[in-house]
Amino acid sequence: MAAKERVVMDADAVDRALTRMAHEILEGNAGSQGLVLIGIRSRGVPLAQRLARKIEGIEGAAPAFGIIDITLYRDDLHTALAQPQVRGTEISFDISDKTIIIVDDVLYTGRTVRAALDAIVDFGRPRRVRLAVLVDRGHRELPIRPDHVGKNLPTSLEESVNVRLRECDGCDQVVVLSPEGGK
Amino acid sequence: MIRFARRHMLGLESYTRDELSFVLETAGAFKEISERNIKRVPTLRGKTVVSFFCEESTRTRVSFEIAAKRMSADFVSLTGAASSAKKGESLLDTTRNLDAMRPDIIILRHSSSGAAEFLAQRVACAIINAGDGAHEHPTQALVDLLTITEHKPVIAGLTVAIVGDILHSRVARSNIFALRTLGAHVRLVGPPTLLPPEAAQWGEVVHNLKEGVRDADVVMMLRVQLERQGRNYFPTIEEYARYFCLNEEKLGAAKPDVIVLHPGPLNRGVEIASDVADGPYSVIMGQVTNGIAVRMATMYLLVNRPSAELEEELAEARRAAVNGDETIATGRGF
Repeated sequence: MAAKERVVMDADAVDRALTRMAHEILEGNAGSQGLVLIGIRSRGVPLAQRLARKIEGIEGAAPAFGIIDITLYRDDLHTALAQPQVRGTEISFDISDKTIIIVDDVLYTGRTVRAALDAIVDFGRPRRVRLAVLVDRGHRELPIRPDHVGKNLPTSLEESVNVRLRECDGCDQVVVLSPEGGK
Repeated sequence: MIRFARRHMLGLESYTRDELSFVLETAGAFKEISERNIKRVPTLRGKTVVSFFCEESTRTRVSFEIAAKRMSADFVSLTGAASSAKKGESLLDTTRNLDAMRPDIIILRHSSSGAAEFLAQRVACAIINAGDGAHEHPTQALVDLLTITEHKPVIAGLTVAIVGDILHSRVARSNIFALRTLGAHVRLVGPPTLLPPEAAQWGEVVHNLKEGVRDADVVMMLRVQLERQGRNYFPTIEEYARYFCLNEEKLGAAKPDVIVLHPGPLNRGVEIASDVADGPYSVIMGQVTNGIAVRMATMYLLVNRPSAELEEELAEARRAAVNGDETIATGRGF
């Protein structure tokens, strides 16, 4: 199946969006006190790291940083197209009473975030949990909404959204792929 | 990318380097769950795991049970039901009974080599071989490999001395197959009566303990299977211990950063002295801890194996995914 590719964010746009989100996160939390960024594997991890660096640049203090692997909490393990590889969760600190920012690349059905929430409560009772995504493409299947969004991107179900990051893909880019012959 | 598509885990003899590395990577990722306050993930919710042990076991059975429960599976334990009946027939009868309970996984330990494979051909569920006679004990070998990689990240090129009752040891066989596949230099150490005829094809054979452990990176001690010593493999336990009991003095010939493994249970003073078993080179308790992660990973991979249909779809997706389109290939379906 050939796909038509449309670039919707370039490297500068990604960086500007992350800068704004870092400011928003700090504003919402009134500083970096008790702030924890948790990236969802795989592309939420470099995004969370970048947000953490930006927050450190603004406030002078780096927020705590963790990684969550939601594979073991997925609700589609038995129907998943690929065999999801378990790469492990790394939360080496107590999350009780912290403000957690879950970071991911694309918000779509909301099922990944549901799984991440289940995983997080297995580690303790955070004070509150917020959600930051680079792209919100709509089509939620669960009552989940983001708190910090890089770009709202209306899409059709036939399209797919692809976030590429230099840490894993060599460049910063958000593209929409539409099936050939589609609108 | 599918790197593990097996229905059962029967033995490591046919495993590729890629499959072994994948299972070990996955097992490594499961370790963290046992360090949490809440040691439970929902991954195998609604799945039934039956353990059917026709031989004694402490570690392996408990390890499988804890692993299954930490993944929220329902765990049922059957023991010894077939102990008195004739082997082939009774195992088949038991198979029918187990199959009727619709489990997702049966974990089998049996005194006959090939028992797990026999069962695997006759049930719909996944079979994990938890030891069949003197054939294989794949999860124990994976535990040993995971433990080794935690101390020596690259197995290729390591000198691994496997010492003791290799003739009767399924743990040794599984380890030998996997270590050779991963490129280790395998040395088999023991009296000639406890080495199988194939030993020379598997690795370097040494009959003297101190020479056997010389410059070794890893020493893997085996339990002397006293229950199988009806025939005279060696004159007395005392004499065996005099020549083949690993103590600190003999271990001195190995590399300074050597690690010592033992699958348990220990015959202290027979194959291993307490100064080694409880000493700084021993990683035996680490093996026990890793047992849970390895068994979690094994059950996870067998239950969540891709179906033939999905494998086909995936192959198609891979063909379609040129131009670095990662959406399908990385499985981020939501």
